[in-house]
Amino acid sequence: MSSDIATSVPRDEARQGTARRPWRALAVQLLGPLTIVAGVVWGVAQPYRIVLDRPGANLYDYLFQPPLLVILVGVVFTFLVAPGLVDDLGAEENRDPAR
Amino acid sequence: MIPRAETAHWIAASIALFFGLVLISELIVGREVFYRRKWRAYLFPSLVIVSSVGLWVITIFSTFSTMHLLAHSIWAQAALVAGAVELALARGKIRRAAWSLVPAFALLVSGIAFLVHEQNPWLYSRSAFLHHAIGWMLVVVSLFPLMHAVQPRRLAWRTGYALTFVLLAVLLFADRDAAPIFGRFGLGGP
Repeated sequence: MSSDIATSVPRDEARQGTARRPWRALAVQLLGPLTIVAGVVWGVAQPYRIVLDRPGANLYDYLFQPPLLVILVGVVFTFLVAPGLVDDLGAEENRDPAR
Repeated sequence: MIPRAETAHWIAASIALFFGLVLISELIVGREVFYRRKWRAYLFPSLVIVSSVGLWVITIFSTFSTMHLLAHSIWAQAALVAGAVELALARGKIRRAAWSLVPAFALLVSGIAFLVHEQNPWLYSRSAFLHHAIGWMLVVVSLFPLMHAVQPRRLAWRTGYALTFVLLAVLLFADRDAAPIFGRFGLGGP
């Protein structure tokens, strides 16, 4: 039998692929928000890590505190990296529905 | 205005956390999808190289101690070499998995530099504790890129490499210039 005609294996792969893909997009979309939540929880748990009004505090003390930096990383990933990845996952799905 | 050491460590932690998220997302979507956009392929190598330049800047301000000067120089050089290899991999100039030995060596050398340049024992202060913890962590996790060179198809090594940066970020975020080891519990410390 010619291998060009035997298509049962790709059909099996298609079933696995469609089952896996939504999980991937969701996981990528959740990475950033989960990081933001981690930063917020840290800020709530240790409010003294966020400087609001301390005598002698400088710009670094106000802007570069760990909970704020964690939130910033989450925001950057959520808005700059994740959307493109989700789009490309969708494009891959449309381009190659058998995967 | 030069930031305090802890502030520089927190900024480094943010970059490490971003590295971790980028590498984890690459694992989730797969290399083929991740490399679909050129800027994404170059993101990690470029950031590693920019970080190495930042480490060289920090080296310039580390003249208060020969040990710190040498340690920061080693980290900067290790990051530069590892970034160059990652960039060559992204551009397709090199392809063999054996090139993962370079990041492995960079992590190992960085870990040893952490351990050697911390002169105080583990429980002397939080900073000393974290230097020891990060040093040993880097020595151990250098096995991930090392094993990736041996078994390039095994997902576990790439996963470990990605999670390495998240763990490094957690440890660097915990750093304080002056603090007992476990915050208000006051274990250890002067």
